[in-house]
Amino acid sequence: MSDAIAVRDLTKMYGDLAAVDGISLTISAGECFALLGPNGAGKTTTVEILEGYRQRSSGSVSVLGQDPHTASRGWRAQLGIVLQSDRDLGDLKVVEAVSHFAGYYPAPRDVAATIDSVGLTSKSGSRVSTLSGGQRRRLDVALGIIGSPRLLFLDEPTTGFDPEARREFWELLHSIKSDGTTIVLTTHYLDEAESLADRVAVIVDGRIVAIDTPQSLGRGTSDAAEIRWRADGVWHRESTLAPTAFIADLARQLGGEIPDLTVHRPTLEDRYLRLLDEGRADRVS
Amino acid sequence: MTTSIVSEESLPSTWAIGRRRIGLELRQFFRDRESAVFNFALPVLLLIIFGSVFGGQSLGDSGITFAQYFVAGMIASGILYTSFQNLAISIPLEREDGTLKRLRGTPMPKASYFIGKVGTVFVAYLAQVTILITVGWLFYGITLPTSMNAWWTFAWVSVLGLVSCTLLGIAFSVVPRKGRGASAIVSPVVLALQFTSGVFFIFSDLPSWMQTFASLFPLKWLTQGMRSVFLPESAAALEVSGSFDLPWVAAVLGLWCVLGAIAAIVFFRWTPRGEN
Repeated sequence: MSDAIAVRDLTKMYGDLAAVDGISLTISAGECFALLGPNGAGKTTTVEILEGYRQRSSGSVSVLGQDPHTASRGWRAQLGIVLQSDRDLGDLKVVEAVSHFAGYYPAPRDVAATIDSVGLTSKSGSRVSTLSGGQRRRLDVALGIIGSPRLLFLDEPTTGFDPEARREFWELLHSIKSDGTTIVLTTHYLDEAESLADRVAVIVDGRIVAIDTPQSLGRGTSDAAEIRWRADGVWHRESTLAPTAFIADLARQLGGEIPDLTVHRPTLEDRYLRLLDEGRADRVS
Repeated sequence: MTTSIVSEESLPSTWAIGRRRIGLELRQFFRDRESAVFNFALPVLLLIIFGSVFGGQSLGDSGITFAQYFVAGMIASGILYTSFQNLAISIPLEREDGTLKRLRGTPMPKASYFIGKVGTVFVAYLAQVTILITVGWLFYGITLPTSMNAWWTFAWVSVLGLVSCTLLGIAFSVVPRKGRGASAIVSPVVLALQFTSGVFFIFSDLPSWMQTFASLFPLKWLTQGMRSVFLPESAAALEVSGSFDLPWVAAVLGLWCVLGAIAAIVFFRWTPRGEN
């Protein structure tokens, strides 16, 4: 697979503050890549440099083979961008907005089919100002994909959604991804990254502290399972990398059933929170 | 990987996208109640109030009423309303609500955006001037010019005024820091120009320092040009120099077109200050 995005040693300074502090990553064509991190970690700044909105302070950036800062109209025509919280277009109808933006691109998708694919067909003739938050976001995605982009950016697409709306939105992104579109999204929701992304980069204070598949994110030597049980009315606790062997031993010692046995493996969330802690600790030292 | 499968030639032209922008902007303009009030109701209201209070007063022994003088001034003001005031208020809002940022992320050329603005301003002006002339003709004895020459003057004064004030409005749109506060900053500028440029008062009655101040800006020349169109030739005697000085009107407005174009290119920005 070829690279849709290649970034090396990217930094962005605001005065003395490094909002992005030496990020390197490559994203393959067709991949869905998530930038995951807490608010203010530098996700949006990074993505807006990739989109050509902001100028980097140093480092090299290649997006679809061009430097976003000097890229051409032809380059923009291959990008779809869904920004955070837009409030524009209120006086237009949904279909008017989508068909207007279709006219900017050399090979746009079909307007009605695109509105249908984001589930807004019944709202097609409604003013944009009357849409709910979730519908509004779906319209933003429709405008992001109307030009049949090769690369789609989504900046915190589901912030403020209720759980059902988020679930539906994820399904929409799955179908866009299955068309072969490369997707880069930022999120501060772990489950969103887990559901959508092939790979996740965890960003803390402008630096990447881990890049991996969501399943193996943060797996490492400290991945011990915690075993708890009760013997003679006293709680016991043991951390071990070999819980099965430990329990077999314990069962022999206690002669059969172990009272109140639980085995807790670190969840993705535990590992993620640990990554954030470690990332911040590194920063201080 | 291949750097680009989209050739520049396959992209829709700047003109084609500009025409789409005109259509879209007009739709938004006429659906927005606030802009309708600012651009159509307010000038008509001013015309009715001033016309009713001072309308009957005759200017010297010229036989021209203040209402006639005032209608010409309001038509000139209409140029300032639909171009400068409209854009200097609406562009900061577009910068704040994400309109400009969204456009910046598409293959739309910047020039198409400006074409859309200019086109919208021309249509809005034509609508407004039609309303003002109709009200002036029905109630205040404005006579429509019959000579081709007068209509030609009306056309070029309008076009030079619209182009210069549109460009100045685009440039001035960086001044308000907040979209919501824009009208509070722009309206006083427009009002001050109206008071000093011979819209609300007879220009030749103003103190000479005020006349000099107003001569630096387009509105004074727009009102003068419009008076040459809508008042009888004898009204030239009411001008400071005893003439409508149309070559000067053309020269000053032309200069403002050039200055406006430079200012619009230098100062216009897509994003709010501090975002880059």
